[in-house]
Amino acid sequence: MITYGFLILLTPLLAFVIQIFIGKRLPRKGDWVSISAVVFTLCLSIAMLGMMLFLHDSGFKIDKSWEWFNLGHMQVHLGILIDNITIVMLVVVALVSSLVHIYSVGYMKGDPRYSRYFAYLSLFTFSMNGIVLSNNLFSIYMFWELVGLSSYLLIGFWFEKDTASDAAKKAFLVNRIGDMGMFIGIMLFFTATGSFVFSDVFSGVASGQISGTLLTVAGLCLFAGAVGKSAQFPLHVWLPDAMEGPTPVSALIHAATMVAAGVYLMVRLFPLFTPEALTIIAYVGGFTAIFAAIIAVTQNDIKKVLAYSTVSQLGYMILAVGSGAYIAGFFHLVTHAAFKAGLFLCSGSVIHAMHHAYHKLKDHETDPQDMRNMGGLKDKMKITYWTMVICTVAISGVPLMSGFLSKDAILAGTLSFALCNPVHFLLPLFGFGAALLTAFYMFRLIFMTFHGEPARQEVHNHVHESPLVMTAPLMTLATLSLFLFYTLPYFNPFSDHGWFTRLVVAVESSVPGSLSALEIAEGVDHAHTSAIILSLIVAGIGIFLAFAMYLKKRISAERMAVRLAIPYKLSFNKFFMDEIYSKYLVSPSLTLAKKIGYFDWDLYDKYFINGFGKVTRLISRIVGIKWDYDILDQLFVDGVGHGTRFFGRKLRLIQSGKLQSYLIWVLCGIIVIFVIQTM
Amino acid sequence: MDWNILSWLIWLPILGSAVIILIPREKADTIKFVAAVATGIQLLVAIVLWTKFDSSTVGFQFQEKVSWISSLNVHYSLGIDGLSLPMALLTALLSFLCIFVSWKIEKAIKGYFALFLLLDAGMMGVFLSLDFFLFYIFWEVVLLPMFFLIGMWGGSQREYAAIKFFLYTLAGSVLMFIAILALYFACGRTFDMIEIMAIAPTALAGKLWWGFESLKVIWILFFIAFAIKVPIFPFHTWLPLAHVEAPTAVSVILAGVLLKMGTYGILRISYPMLPDGAVWFAGALAVLAMINIIWGALCALAQTDLKKMVAYSSINHMGFVMLGMSAVVAAGAKNGTNLIAAEAGLNGAVLQMFNHGIITAMLFILVGVIYDRAHHRNIDGFGGLGVRMPIYTGIVALAFFAGLGLPGLSGFIGEAMCLIGAFPVYRGIVIVSVFGILLNAAYFLWAFQRIFLGKLNEKYADLPEINRREIFTLVPLAVLVIFLGIYPTPVLDVMKTTLSHLIEIVQSSSLLALQ
Repeated sequence: MITYGFLILLTPLLAFVIQIFIGKRLPRKGDWVSISAVVFTLCLSIAMLGMMLFLHDSGFKIDKSWEWFNLGHMQVHLGILIDNITIVMLVVVALVSSLVHIYSVGYMKGDPRYSRYFAYLSLFTFSMNGIVLSNNLFSIYMFWELVGLSSYLLIGFWFEKDTASDAAKKAFLVNRIGDMGMFIGIMLFFTATGSFVFSDVFSGVASGQISGTLLTVAGLCLFAGAVGKSAQFPLHVWLPDAMEGPTPVSALIHAATMVAAGVYLMVRLFPLFTPEALTIIAYVGGFTAIFAAIIAVTQNDIKKVLAYSTVSQLGYMILAVGSGAYIAGFFHLVTHAAFKAGLFLCSGSVIHAMHHAYHKLKDHETDPQDMRNMGGLKDKMKITYWTMVICTVAISGVPLMSGFLSKDAILAGTLSFALCNPVHFLLPLFGFGAALLTAFYMFRLIFMTFHGEPARQEVHNHVHESPLVMTAPLMTLATLSLFLFYTLPYFNPFSDHGWFTRLVVAVESSVPGSLSALEIAEGVDHAHTSAIILSLIVAGIGIFLAFAMYLKKRISAERMAVRLAIPYKLSFNKFFMDEIYSKYLVSPSLTLAKKIGYFDWDLYDKYFINGFGKVTRLISRIVGIKWDYDILDQLFVDGVGHGTRFFGRKLRLIQSGKLQSYLIWVLCGIIVIFVIQTM
Repeated sequence: MDWNILSWLIWLPILGSAVIILIPREKADTIKFVAAVATGIQLLVAIVLWTKFDSSTVGFQFQEKVSWISSLNVHYSLGIDGLSLPMALLTALLSFLCIFVSWKIEKAIKGYFALFLLLDAGMMGVFLSLDFFLFYIFWEVVLLPMFFLIGMWGGSQREYAAIKFFLYTLAGSVLMFIAILALYFACGRTFDMIEIMAIAPTALAGKLWWGFESLKVIWILFFIAFAIKVPIFPFHTWLPLAHVEAPTAVSVILAGVLLKMGTYGILRISYPMLPDGAVWFAGALAVLAMINIIWGALCALAQTDLKKMVAYSSINHMGFVMLGMSAVVAAGAKNGTNLIAAEAGLNGAVLQMFNHGIITAMLFILVGVIYDRAHHRNIDGFGGLGVRMPIYTGIVALAFFAGLGLPGLSGFIGEAMCLIGAFPVYRGIVIVSVFGILLNAAYFLWAFQRIFLGKLNEKYADLPEINRREIFTLVPLAVLVIFLGIYPTPVLDVMKTTLSHLIEIVQSSSLLALQ
C-alpha cells in the first residue's frame, strides 16, 4: 500500500511538471496528461479502498516516516499515514478531481491558457493528496500552504479581471491568517513533545507533556488553520469571492475537497482537542452554519448561493467535530463532496449555457450568473435540471439521499451533546435552523433557475444543454448522492450503518478525562430517532416555503423583503463583513504601513541619520574653518609669521647698511660687555 | 590540501582583476570573458571544496598559515568550517552569475569588472580569514570597490548613496577595529582568531573597563559594526538607498552576500569569543529581530518602488536570521537544556542566510530585467504584464512565493526553523514575528497583482520577453530555490557539526547555569 501512496502523491506532480513546461506543445494541449494522472490515482485509491474493505480490519494502519534532516537532537521526519480515514479521503479527492478534470475539457474549451489550467489542477491534486497522506504536522502544514497556492492560481486564473486577481489575493491572505495560528499551534505541540509526527504528539498529550489551558490553546491554534481553509466565521470572507475562478475549480477546490481539508485536519487531530477547545469549535461551526445559511437565502448570484451554502455545510461538519461526533462530520464531508460538486458543476453547466446564449446575442453586459436573468431552463437543459434537483434534494436532507444520512448523524450528535450539557442548547438550534434554511434556499435556487417564465425569451432560445463530456460527470455525481452507495451492503435509507461506519471507527481522545468514543456513540444512538423526526420536519418546512414563495408565488418574496427590511439588508449585504474588515483592518494596516514607511525614510533617515552627517559637517566647519583656520592658523600660526615679520621689520631698521651706525652698535656692544665683566 | 585551495578562492578574482587592468579598454568582450573565466573557475573551486569538505569534524579545515607581519604577530591565516563554507559557495555563485547580469554595462567596462572582481575577493577573504588583522583588511577591501561601483555606475542619486553607504559602514568598521585591538591586547597580543576563541572567555572574565564589564563593551562594539552590515534596526536606512541606486549586479551582491557578512561576523566572532555576551544580549537580539521583521515588512508594504520594496524585504528576512540566532540560549540549563530548539534556531539562521542570498539575488535580477525594459520601477506604473511576458511572470511568481515563504521553496524552511527554535524561550516575540509571514505575503502578492495581473497597460503592449542571457542567470538560482525547498539536507549537513559546537560553547556560559 505504501507504494500506492507514493504513486498517488507523485503522479499528479509529474503531470504538473510536464504540463507547465511542455503542455502547450503536446497534442490537445496536454489535457490528457493531467486527466490520465488523476484517473490513475482514482484507480489506485479504489484499489486501496477495496483492500481495506475486504482484506483488513478497520484498525489497519500504515505509518511510516523517513528522515528529512537530522541536526543531532532535532530530527525532522516526513512520512505517510494510510488508514481508514486516509483511504476514504483519497477516494473522495481522486473521484471528484477526475470528474472535474473531465468536465473541464468541455468547460474550458478554447481558453488561451488551457494547458496551464490543467497544470494547476494537477498541482492541486498533488498538494491535496499530500495533506491527506501526511503523517505529521510539519508536512501537513507545507501541503496546506501548497493547496493555498493552487487555489490562488486557479481563483486568479482569469487574472485580466481585477475581481479575479483581488479574490485570489484575498483568499491567500485570509488563509495565511489561519495558517499563522496553525503554525503557532504546531510550535506549541513541537516544543512540548519534540516531534511533529501525529502518533508522537498523541502519545505526548496522553502522557501529559502538554495539558490544561495550554493544550486547549494549542488545539485552538491548530483549529485556526481549519477556520481559514474551511472558511469558518470570521475567516469565511474569502470563499464567496473565490467564485471568480472557473466553475469546475469552484466545484473541486472550493466546495468538495480543499475547503474540506480543515474538517479533515480536525478529524485527523481529534484526539488532541480538550473538551473546552471542542466546545469553542462547536460554537464556531454551528454559528457559521446558520450565519452563512442566512446570507445564502437572499443572494441572486447562483454561485454565491452555492458558496454560502458550502460555508454553511462546512460549519455543519465543524459543529459535528466540536460535538464529539466527528465521524458524522467526516461522513458529511464525503457525501457533501459528491452532491456539492454536483451542484457546482450543474451551475457551471447553466452558466456555460447562459454565457453562450449572451455571446450569440453579442450581449457582454448581462451577468450570466444572476438567477433573475434565468428561469424556465428545465425544458432546455433536461440533464442539468434533473441532476441538479437530485443534488438539491440530497443537500436538503430528504430521505433516500446521502445527505439525509450524514446530516441526520450530525444533528443527532449535536442533540445528544445538548442533552448531556443543556447549557449548550444553542448548538442543535443552529443545526436545525441551518437545515431549514438550507432546504429553503436550495429550492429557491432550483425554482428561480429552472422553473417559471424565462426572463428574456431571445436568450432562452439560444440556451442549449451542455455536451456529454460535461453532463456525464453530473450524472455520476447525482447518482452518488443516493443513499445506497453509503449503506452497502445494507439497504436501509434511514440508517447510516454500512461499509462506511464499519470502516471508519472513532478513535479515543488522547486528552485524559475526555468522553470515550463509546459514550459519544451511545448518546448519538439515543438521540437518533428524535433527530430524524425533527430534521424531516424542518426540511419539509423549508421546501414548502420555497415552493410557496418562488414556484406558486403565494407569498411575495418582495413584500417579505420590505417587511423584514433589516434582516433582509443584513443578509443581502452579507452582514457587511467585507466592509467592516476593509474599514477596520485592511485600511488601518495600509495606513500604518504608509506612516511607518514615511517615518523610516522621510523622517528617521532624512533627519536623524543624515543629521549625523549634518552635525559632523557643522562641527567640521567650526573646527576646520573657525578654529583651525581662523584661530589656529590665522591667529597662532600666521601670528608667528606676523610677529616675525613685525620684528623683522623693526629689526630691519638697524640694518641700515651704513658703516657708521654699525660702528656705533659695535661700540655700544663693547661697552655693555665691559660693564657686565666689571660687575 | 596541498594546493592551498582557499588561497585560490581569494586570489583568482584578484588575478582576474589584474589581467583586466592590463587589457586595453576597447576590448570589451575580452574583459567580460576574463571576468567570467576568473569567477567561473572560482565557482568550480568552491564546488570542489564543498565535495572535499569533511562535515563530520569540528574545527577548521584546509587551513593555511604563514607569518606576515611578525613584529605585530600578524599571520596570513585561512580556514573553513561549516559556517563559512555555505557563505563561500554563495559568494562564488553570485559573483559568477553577476558577471552575466552585468553584461550590458557600457560605461567604463574595464573599471567596472576590475572593481567587481576585487569586491568578490574581498568578500571571499572575509569568510575565509582566521586572522583578525587579515579579516579587517578584507572587511575594508569590500568597502572600496562597493563605493565606486555604486558611485559611478549607480542611479541618479548615486554619489549620495555611495558616500552614505561608505561612511555608515566605515563608522561600524572603526568600532570593530577598536574591539579587535581590545581583544588583541587582552589575549596576549595575538590576532589569531582560533586562539582568541580559546582565550577570550577567560581572559575577559571579571575585567572592568571604566566600570563596565569588558566583554560587554567589546560585544557592543562588535555588535554595532555587524548590525550596520546586517542591517539591524535602527541602523538600516543606508540599505534601501544603496540598493535603489546601485546597478543590478551590485544590488545582488549587496543583498545576497554583504548583508550576510554582518550575521556571519556575529556567529564567527561574537558568539564563540564572547559567549557570555551572546547570552546577555540574546533577549535584545530577539526583540531587534522582531522589530526587523515587522518594521521591514510594513515598510515594504508602503513602497511604490519595486526595488525599494525588495530592499525592505531583505530587512525583514534578515530579522528571521537574528531570531534564529537568539535561540541559542535555549541550550542552557536555565532554559531547560532544549538542544532541539537551539539547533533548530542556529541551523535555521545559517540556512536562511544562504537561502535568502539566493532568493534576494533572484528578486534583484528580476527587478533589473523589468527596469532595463521599462526604465522605471514604479509598482503602480505597470499592470497586466502577465499576458505580455508569461515566462518572466512565471519566474517572478517563483521568486515572490519563495520570498513570502511558501513551503516547498527554500524561503520557508529556514524561516520556520528560526521561529521554531526561538519559540520555547521567546514565545511572545515569536508570536508577534509570525505576523511577519502574513505581511510578507501581503506585500509580495499586492505588488505581483499590480504589476502582472489585471488588464494589460497599453503602454507596455510590446515589451520584449525576458531574454536567454537573463534566463541563464536565473535558472541556477531557481533550481536551488526549488531543490533546497524540498531537500535542504545537503546544506544542513555541511553546517550542523560546526553549529552544534558553537551551541556547546555558548551553552557553557556561566550565565546559562542554573542558579
